[in-house]
Amino acid sequence: MNTELIGSIAQIVLMIVLAYPLGKYIAKVYKGEKTCLDFMAPVERFIFKVSGIDPKEEMSWKSFLKALLTINLFWFFWGMLLLYFQQYLPLNPDGNPGQSSHLSFNTCISFMVNCNLQHYSGESGLTYFTQLFVIMLFQFITAATGMAALAGVFRAMASNSARTIGNFWDLLMKSCTRILLPMALIVGFILIVQGTPMGFDGKMKLTTLEGTEQMVSQGPAAAIIPIKQLGTNGGGYFGTNSSHPLENPTYLTNMLECWSILILPMAMVFALGFYLKRKRLAYSIFGVMLFAYLVSVGINTYYEMSGNPKIAEMGIDQSAGAMEGKETRLGSAATALWSAATTATSNGSVNGMHDSTMPLSGMMEMLNMQINTWFGGVGVGLMNYYAFLIIAVFISGLMVGRTPEFLGKKVEAREMKIATIVALAHPFVILIGTAVACYYWVYDPAFVEAEGGWLNNPGFHGLSEMLYEYTSSSANNGSGFEGLGDNTYFWNLTTGLALIVSRYLPIVGQVAIAGLLAQKKYVPESAGTLKTDTATFAVMTLCVIFIVAALSFFPALTLGPIAEYFSIY
Amino acid sequence: MLLKSFKLTLMFCVLFSACYIFVLWAFAQVFGPNKGNAEVVELNGKIVGAAYVGQSFTQDIYFWGRPSCAGDGYDASSSGGSNKGPSNEAYLAEVEVRIDTFLARHPYLKREEVSAEMVTASGSGLDPHISPKAAFAQAERVAEARRMPLEEVMAIVSGQVESPLFGLFGPETVNVLKLNIALEEAADQNK
Repeated sequence: MNTELIGSIAQIVLMIVLAYPLGKYIAKVYKGEKTCLDFMAPVERFIFKVSGIDPKEEMSWKSFLKALLTINLFWFFWGMLLLYFQQYLPLNPDGNPGQSSHLSFNTCISFMVNCNLQHYSGESGLTYFTQLFVIMLFQFITAATGMAALAGVFRAMASNSARTIGNFWDLLMKSCTRILLPMALIVGFILIVQGTPMGFDGKMKLTTLEGTEQMVSQGPAAAIIPIKQLGTNGGGYFGTNSSHPLENPTYLTNMLECWSILILPMAMVFALGFYLKRKRLAYSIFGVMLFAYLVSVGINTYYEMSGNPKIAEMGIDQSAGAMEGKETRLGSAATALWSAATTATSNGSVNGMHDSTMPLSGMMEMLNMQINTWFGGVGVGLMNYYAFLIIAVFISGLMVGRTPEFLGKKVEAREMKIATIVALAHPFVILIGTAVACYYWVYDPAFVEAEGGWLNNPGFHGLSEMLYEYTSSSANNGSGFEGLGDNTYFWNLTTGLALIVSRYLPIVGQVAIAGLLAQKKYVPESAGTLKTDTATFAVMTLCVIFIVAALSFFPALTLGPIAEYFSIY
Repeated sequence: MLLKSFKLTLMFCVLFSACYIFVLWAFAQVFGPNKGNAEVVELNGKIVGAAYVGQSFTQDIYFWGRPSCAGDGYDASSSGGSNKGPSNEAYLAEVEVRIDTFLARHPYLKREEVSAEMVTASGSGLDPHISPKAAFAQAERVAEARRMPLEEVMAIVSGQVESPLFGLFGPETVNVLKLNIALEEAADQNK
């Protein structure tokens, strides 16, 4: 069998096998049980003491959200200031300039909401200081924010009848010190040994074999890459992310980095099972997600390994697959696997250029983000699934004539309203955004021209570039069809707004649902209860997700990738 | 609450941007291939490139790497792919031109012996590798330009083929820069 395929299979197996014990560990951490990392406790206590925070205070869902939103608001100002004034700050050996106001607005929001959409290139758009004190810092703490929110939802789901859902600060801290930090260190060590730079010298000046001069950008890359992968952040150190040979030097680092994309989102599902002591529910959720993920892996791998039919017509040897935008050391299968992993979660890092992938691979990449719940971002992905579960419970309850209940709590109109708004906001933001961009493209060509022309490809693919950008922003993903010239007023501002809406609206909505349900009286399960951990219900949820999330996008997808598919096959 | 947020953020800076960074930096000083900087390769004691960063090769005496869209080609301070879509006519015409150029410089090759990666740009524009097939295909041109026996050049390429990880995972590759260095070393010995 092809070694590229074996490599892909090995990566998937490693994810699943290790996600199980990690999920068990995460459940213990959030429950406050004994773990092997308890030696971090004094550090945590010290930090809380200095910050004047009481980590033991029990919070209602409202004060939980208030704490979450306040610190996020603070991070916004922190990031804006540092990015805008970065040229005056230390650690800038390459003399890179500050970011423009609209670019720093976009960058700051994008990292604050765990999206990591990048309208700049890492080598020239940031300094080592902002890489570490904005980009990397945010990659840790915003991932932890999502995880803390999910831990709050866990707590709410587990309680029989409670007004409180835990302490936000405590969960935020534990996500950082007990989960993200140790994992990032281990990944970082391996990357360094494999050849990823981790220093503070500026560009390296070299004379090549042919005698020309080459400047090689380097810096503290090995610190940022682990957390960008683990925290479903995705914002690369170098401009071309993990396709850059210093960011991802070998096939081994590629396996490790791809594993890091999915390991936490997968482990979170198992953590749910261990936390609630409802393993069957976790398995059924995991099954649905894994099924959908593997479908997209299969489609992308097939099309990328088969190559571009237009190039095949030219009569050359395309046995390596569609190599435009891909790296030889990774191969087309590894890039296909990664493209599915990074879009199914809200990671958004890439190890090859998505803009150059085949039309249907590009469609699967978009569809994964449009659904945004096949594992999803750390924490928030499972919360998105939770919103769909509520909808599925409600619909199937109506279908069979039973009161809709989930985990012993009645689902009523108020929760349903919130869940529906959350589920529909996502297609709304994506489609309206793309429509506005298309309007300008058609009716105001002078404006588009003044902004640099935006598109890098004509025809159907050009539409895909715009659709992808809003999809990626709204899914808080951050990958792109990078041909889009997006460092402009229009794109920086509109995607910035899309980012805010689609990060905070779902988090607020989902925590609110969980909080509202937690307050209700527990109704013991009876023969009349709709079972939510069966295969039937799993299929039902899959269908609901497909109908609500996927079908809203098919008209747009038809005009973009599907039309492009028929134009070249 | 904003004050608490401020203090907590500062503490996170200490924990991540200082402590975590310091641990990794110290580790790189000891275990990194080049003390935290990009790993380099040498020829006759002189540094001629970074091990994992591709270089532009255009002369007949060298093996060539892939087309590059990083800056003006293999600009390692501005990585980048072409981001051309698969149906883009202008892009497809460019690939045609690359195929014709490649064939003109290797007149002994048949069209179906041109590997796709030799006429398509990599994602980073800095791809240091090509497939073994693509390297063997260039051997005759290089041997002729260097007046070396073809068998010797072929043997040098064979010696530079990097097998998949553990022999199991991923593609076979050849690092173009390392191959050219091995070629130069062999040529020096022949003198």
